[in-house]
Amino acid sequence: MKPKRRRLIFVLAGLATLGVAVALVLSAFQDNLVFFNSPTDVFEKDIPADRRFRLGGLVEEDSVRREGDGLTTVFRVTDLNRTVVVRYTGLLPDLFREGQGVVTEGQLAADGVFVASQVLAKHDETYIPREVADALKRSGQWRGAEGAE
Amino acid sequence: MITEIGYFALVLALAVAVVQATVPLIGVERGMPSWAAVARPAAVTQLGLTAIAFGALIYAFVVSDFSVLNVVQNSHTAKPMLYKVAGAWGNHEGSLVMWVLILALFGAGVAVFGSNLPSGLRTRVLAVQGMIGVGFLFFTVFLSNPFERVVPAPLDGTGLNPLLQDPGLAFHPPFLYLGYVGFSIAFSFAVAALIEGRVDPAWARWVRPWTLAAWAFLTIGVGLGSWWAYYELGWGGWWFWDPVENASFMPWLAGTALLHSAIVVEKRDGLKTWTIFLAILTFSLSLLGTFIVRSGVLNSVHTFASDPARGIFILGFLVLVVGGSLTLFAVRAPSLRAGSLFAPISREGGLVLNNLLLMSALATVFLGTMYPLFLDALTGEKVTVGPPFFNVTFVPLMTPLFAVMAFGPMLAWKRADLMGAVTRLKFALALTAFAVLVTLIFSRGPVLAVLGVALGVWLLVGSLVELADRLRLFRCAASDSWRRARNLPRAAYGTTLAHAGVAVVILGITGSLAWETESLQVLRPGDTVDVAGFEFRFEGARDVLGPNYAAVRGTFRVTRDGEEIAVMEPESRTFTTPPMTTTEAAIRPTTLGDLYIAVGESDGSGGYATRIYHKPVIQWIWAGALIMVAGAFVSLSDRRHRVGAPARKKTAAAQAAAAPSPQGT
Repeated sequence: MKPKRRRLIFVLAGLATLGVAVALVLSAFQDNLVFFNSPTDVFEKDIPADRRFRLGGLVEEDSVRREGDGLTTVFRVTDLNRTVVVRYTGLLPDLFREGQGVVTEGQLAADGVFVASQVLAKHDETYIPREVADALKRSGQWRGAEGAE
Repeated sequence: MITEIGYFALVLALAVAVVQATVPLIGVERGMPSWAAVARPAAVTQLGLTAIAFGALIYAFVVSDFSVLNVVQNSHTAKPMLYKVAGAWGNHEGSLVMWVLILALFGAGVAVFGSNLPSGLRTRVLAVQGMIGVGFLFFTVFLSNPFERVVPAPLDGTGLNPLLQDPGLAFHPPFLYLGYVGFSIAFSFAVAALIEGRVDPAWARWVRPWTLAAWAFLTIGVGLGSWWAYYELGWGGWWFWDPVENASFMPWLAGTALLHSAIVVEKRDGLKTWTIFLAILTFSLSLLGTFIVRSGVLNSVHTFASDPARGIFILGFLVLVVGGSLTLFAVRAPSLRAGSLFAPISREGGLVLNNLLLMSALATVFLGTMYPLFLDALTGEKVTVGPPFFNVTFVPLMTPLFAVMAFGPMLAWKRADLMGAVTRLKFALALTAFAVLVTLIFSRGPVLAVLGVALGVWLLVGSLVELADRLRLFRCAASDSWRRARNLPRAAYGTTLAHAGVAVVILGITGSLAWETESLQVLRPGDTVDVAGFEFRFEGARDVLGPNYAAVRGTFRVTRDGEEIAVMEPESRTFTTPPMTTTEAAIRPTTLGDLYIAVGESDGSGGYATRIYHKPVIQWIWAGALIMVAGAFVSLSDRRHRVGAPARKKTAAAQAAAAPSPQGT
């Protein structure tokens, strides 16, 4: 085999691997990007029913309620402008509290309830997730004092 | 007083680093030996000064000196001693002091053990190390001073994030940094070689042990991090494809590629430009890893208050290091003499394929990690790229790598016989087929599980067969095999161990994901629940007091077929400083897997939400990582690699010249 031909083989192999990688990434981006929305976004944007996304805001005071099975929790997430009802079955994270920032991931059910498969609140008490802080700023309700970013 | 000494030592270290970065370089370019000779004492002095600074910081934490802001923010008198000490590097400022200490340690290592290096190369390497030191010390002294005082001093500190108060995490940063910073040596060697315009096998013989050591430490660091996530976060997962994890995984992937391509430079004098590029890339990713984790760009437990001045400096430094070294690369790389030729089917060809696949996999991880940052910066749109993305991009790219990995060590240099390798691996093929059959019969498991088992068994048996083949095990007299075993270079054992370790990791991942049992329920005292053939009886919960927390501790009796196996006591701990609750899962390893219990809050009427898992073979993941690390250290102990074996260097070089592929056939 001539050196040129050899080099060609390596270049082609490289391009092929890269091509596969690019194809995988593009197709994965199509399905697996999870967007972040505030409660206001949920009402204002047109989110397809089967689209998974992250919903973040503050857990509204006096809104947390446990259902009969002891494992399902229903609560409202607010950006102090609009609120969305969230239902979650499972162990809540240690820092889940009323009035604290929370990020949930899941999808909207037909009745407008956000069915979460994940609830994230893994930060200390002075912390508000950055997305939540930004969402509050956008809804004009950010008071800043509650949390240092 | 001691605090001021620490700060002063840092300032002095910066001054010394400036000297180390400039004077020797001028000396070696202009042919002034006395100037060039500054490099070695400067490197050793820098180690001394940074060690004093680090010692002063540790001291401030140990005696809880609350006139130091960093101690106030990250420590507390009630904290156990281990975490007072670990608190020194559990924060942004302190971790950077540790970074410069390790950097100086490696630099001094080259200075002290580098007597057998060509003096020009050694001087340039130390000068480049000095430049990196200038960047980091400047940052520490002017923008992230760990010794800042606070007046008036508060009575007590705010405490360390309780999630970080854990033995696994106390040692996670040091190992991670040993890895990150270790790659700086490969980087310095690469830049020095570019300045000299020369890369030869002797160069690779020097770079390889450093890279191997850095890689081993990074493997420990990443492994500790994932182990911590498994037992401390209480979600039962061990890898979340979180940007912070990816930040440490990317240099690992690049370092793995570098490790393998450097072999080609060393043995065959080929792939030189590529190896230089990889060395630059690996260290750049290490820098990126250090900074994106510590700068507040990412949103996670690791990030702390961010400061725009720091962000700009970090960005500038990254641009300077990456841009500068790549420019030098672009100018100088074409002048490097091309290496020897080889056929696509050969050891070199296999290593090229290894590099191609690792780089593609790295590219997907990079895109998935950085895309949300770019999108946020450009459009303000917030997205998350979660595990599903990585599962469908990373896994398909790694699968062929694992499949061909068993072949690699069997191929001869230059031109190899693929059919011959297949024949020698027929035993491995047969065992793999058998394993697939067994898996199908007993579990009818998901396709991915069968694939995982096949890859794991194939690679494990393939690696062992390759070793047995070299020893001619069972094909000649036992004494003959024994003689071969003793003569075989340790590096060969290292390869086998490392590859087998990867196989064990694959099996662990596959088993724990495919055959995991999860059970979520509310339990009252006296309730029992069956999970994967184990009976869990909840005896009740009581309040207990720890050194700096109060906890609710549940007691579970675990029986199997009426026989008691274990008493497990998961806790939910509430810390007061800072106010925070953590889940302390109870984990009980059994022969075939882990029992894992996490207990949540009370429902107010005596019931507790509990999550119970049975995770088969999950410990194999970390056992495999340890085997890989063991492989690296066995390989490092090989005389041909041993750092600073000056008397033997000539003979080693002569051997390499006489028999270019001592491991080859």
